[in-house]
Amino acid sequence: MTATDTLTAPATVARGGGAAPQLKVRKLEAWYGESHALHGVDLDVYPGETVTLLGRNGVGKTTTLRAIMGIIRKRKGEVEFEQKSIMRVPLHRIAHAGLGFVPEERGIFASLTVEENLTLPPVVAKGGMSIEKIYEIFPNLFERRGSPGTKLSGGEQQMLAIARILRTGVRLILLDEPTEGLAPVIVERIGEVLKVLKTHGVSVLLVEQNFRFASRIADHFYVMDHGQVIDSFTVSELPARTEALNTALGV
Amino acid sequence: MTTIFGVALPVLTGQLLIGLINGSFYALLSLGLAVIFGLLRIVNFAHGAFYMLGAFAAWMLLNFAGIGYWGALFLAPLIVAVVGMVIERTMLRALYGLDHLYGLLFTFGLALLLEGGFRHYFGTSGQPFAAPEALRGATNIGFMMLPNYRGWVVVASLVVCLGTWAIIEKTKIGAYLRAATENSTLVQAFGVNVPLLLTLTYGFGCALAGVAGVLAAPLFQVSPLMGSNLIIIVFAVVVIGGMGSILGAIVTGYMLGIVEGLCKVFYPEAANIVVFVIMAIVLLLRPAGLFGKDS
Repeated sequence: MTATDTLTAPATVARGGGAAPQLKVRKLEAWYGESHALHGVDLDVYPGETVTLLGRNGVGKTTTLRAIMGIIRKRKGEVEFEQKSIMRVPLHRIAHAGLGFVPEERGIFASLTVEENLTLPPVVAKGGMSIEKIYEIFPNLFERRGSPGTKLSGGEQQMLAIARILRTGVRLILLDEPTEGLAPVIVERIGEVLKVLKTHGVSVLLVEQNFRFASRIADHFYVMDHGQVIDSFTVSELPARTEALNTALGV
Repeated sequence: MTTIFGVALPVLTGQLLIGLINGSFYALLSLGLAVIFGLLRIVNFAHGAFYMLGAFAAWMLLNFAGIGYWGALFLAPLIVAVVGMVIERTMLRALYGLDHLYGLLFTFGLALLLEGGFRHYFGTSGQPFAAPEALRGATNIGFMMLPNYRGWVVVASLVVCLGTWAIIEKTKIGAYLRAATENSTLVQAFGVNVPLLLTLTYGFGCALAGVAGVLAAPLFQVSPLMGSNLIIIVFAVVVIGGMGSILGAIVTGYMLGIVEGLCKVFYPEAANIVVFVIMAIVLLLRPAGLFGKDS
């Protein structure tokens, strides 16, 4: 074990039941042009876990997801997915390794219909949901399948952004602020969808400002500040930390 | 004799036909430019040179390999596409992510190089290229005599334009293209080989210019400068239609060809500049073009 392993996975609770981490990030640094945005991020996601990155605006949460995915190419450190390094894998091969990405801005394409948006990402592995199953979970999308993607409401667009990744059969989803700017009833729906993902054994690395939402669905938490992970704890340790977190996150 | 607004009908229909023929070339060429610009964000100044290359490929296939018009109609665009794809892979690729100006300057230089090369070997005088046997002669379509080859050019360009539009709007690969035009990084993160898509798209855009070149070969002479004569008007068409708009490029292409033709009938003095006058007006009133989205 290296020093960083002990830092990010404290001995108090064994995660993953002895399994190796599905996603292992070590000393990840990233740059936007000249600006050094990540200063050595360490984190783990174990198979089937929902892990949440917490932190104030601008501390590097979104950047962490984009650097893991390889959308930011100016990066250094180590990212292993299912025991294989993906640092040198070209962006269009990452999804085929089993890693899916839902961006903060949702990335719904205006020139594609809802159904075209839904079927755009290639299926990369078996075990993804069928179109029929997806329409069953999201009847709204079925009704609006012929409309341009961006004619949907914000909540429906977020559903579509998640739904299209469900089809692909990826085993870990990087999900960036899915509840941002949405009404509570929609947030509730997204929470249900994430639980469905969990029952399918799909892991999620979630960036979330909505701490209460995250506390209901996540198994493990990391707190980021200044481009680094500064704290790590499991859901059972959450009650004891709530007050300190509220102060740290400024909510 | 029948007259419309004091103009004899055969004169009017004759000019309309010439307008429609020119419009066919404008549409084919501006469509290729729009497809390339939409995805690659490259203003392909070499487009006229690829059009010329298509015509020369047809001429060479005939004179060196004995392959006639119909074979050339498929082979010449393929050759142009391959040349385009090799250039994209080896050179153009290095310019993505830089200012648009670099792509424009590079393709402009490429056009000069291609045209200069052909002028060196073939001179400026055109090479004749006969229309295929089946399309010689003319047909009486009631109100005018329609030269068969000209009718064919209009039909063929319409089919190619509508086919291209259908591929882009109705197929899976078209959906990739449209999505990558909006956000190529995300499409790549979904697992689509976007670098390959860029190469194929550039090849396809060049192939459209190649098709136009083959269609043009029997109408105009095959000459090294045929592209640069045409491409200036085509760029005006693209500006009027709106950069990157597929349907806009097609409709504007035909429309401006017809406007030019009508202008030759009613006010011949302005026929050569009418497209540029329209361009100036469109730029003043709708800078994004008739079919462009403001961004």
